[in-house]
Amino acid sequence: MAGAGAVRAVRDRIRSVENASKVTRAMELVAASKMRRAQDRALAARPYAERMRAVLGALSGYSQQADADDLHPLLVERDIDHFAFIHITADRGLAGGLSSNMNRAGASLALEHQPNVERVSTLTVGRKGRDFFRRSGFPMLAEFIEIGDFPGIETVLPIARIVIDDYATGAVDRVYLGYQQFVTTAVQRPTFRQLLPVVAPEGSEDEAAVDFIFEPEPAQLLETLLPRYVEMQILEALLDAAASEQSARMVAMRQATDAAGEMITDLTLTYNKARQELVTSELLDIVGGKAALERDR
Amino acid sequence: MPLTLSVVTQEREVLRRDDIQRLIVPTSEGQITVLPSHAALMAGLAIGEMVAVAAGEELAFAIHGGFIQVAADEVTVLADAAEHLDEIDEERAEEARQRAAERLADGGAGTESFDLLRAQLSLQRALLRLRVRRRGSRSGVPAASR
Repeated sequence: MAGAGAVRAVRDRIRSVENASKVTRAMELVAASKMRRAQDRALAARPYAERMRAVLGALSGYSQQADADDLHPLLVERDIDHFAFIHITADRGLAGGLSSNMNRAGASLALEHQPNVERVSTLTVGRKGRDFFRRSGFPMLAEFIEIGDFPGIETVLPIARIVIDDYATGAVDRVYLGYQQFVTTAVQRPTFRQLLPVVAPEGSEDEAAVDFIFEPEPAQLLETLLPRYVEMQILEALLDAAASEQSARMVAMRQATDAAGEMITDLTLTYNKARQELVTSELLDIVGGKAALERDR
Repeated sequence: MPLTLSVVTQEREVLRRDDIQRLIVPTSEGQITVLPSHAALMAGLAIGEMVAVAAGEELAFAIHGGFIQVAADEVTVLADAAEHLDEIDEERAEEARQRAAERLADGGAGTESFDLLRAQLSLQRALLRLRVRRRGSRSGVPAASR
């Protein structure tokens, strides 16, 4: 009977959509809890960042006063032959337009610089960005994947090492840092900012007035602080990108769950209609059969 | 007036207290003691043991390099890594010490100089952790409550 087959088909469809929505609902919850953890990590890293900015602000004021010609190598601006950018994306999809938006922003940054410099290259973190730039044969300084949902300082060190060494030796002349900035749960914004040469934070007026004793001298202190400052900025970006990834995934999965819910409502209507039609046609058969029998009698 | 001390690493705030009377800290130029009204100071930190003294209480930390700023009784320690005494796992540190010692004892035959350096550094870190850890159990100072 074709009617019963159609009813069964709709019922199976409802069941499979229900299963899918269970999965997307679970993924939404997982992403929500990971997002909170990523935000906690970012929050925990903040005291260091604030203090580092204050200390470096005070210190760089001093060293510039002392000798303007003798700047630390990581502070020196030079003509740009080779422009490079760190490009942070997710390893996995199911996060709406998160990674493709980031890739588009990275590509337009590259295009913007290409006419003015000899070389543009990238250092990618995350599979989505790596695959994107690799497909187009874009020059890459290095690539990092599978850094985990909650990156720590051990992830940062090799990345910082590469860009700092390349900058110090003159292999690259400017480095930008790009990631999906966490604005709100629903909004992430592709953001690029200069990492090298280091733009030292402004020192406050109060600190400039303090007469510090330096041990060792300011230039040597900068030698230890500037790489930490670069590392800190990369860590901040990775943690922010991690929170962005989870929130984008959470929102995408919530939308999928909602869409599945709507689909189930629609399918249930179809199912009920089909079933009623089936019942009606069966009734008609019985009534028709009875009428035929009575006529025969 | 006591010192306000905050010890932070890239990943977290390790300690923040405003009742520190004395701080003994290993700078790259040697060990110093910071008392209230200390002159404003910026200094590099060495790998070593840092001890903060508050009312009847000693807080010991293993500090793995970094930076210290002292200004108007505010002490900021930007550490590359910092562990409170209670966070140090003595067994793990001992294992790490043995591993590093064995690697160095091989005389570094066939080892890259980079690996040798790494072994030396990890030996240094393990010894520091053990020193800080054992200090706590020996002196009988109650574990710091935070």
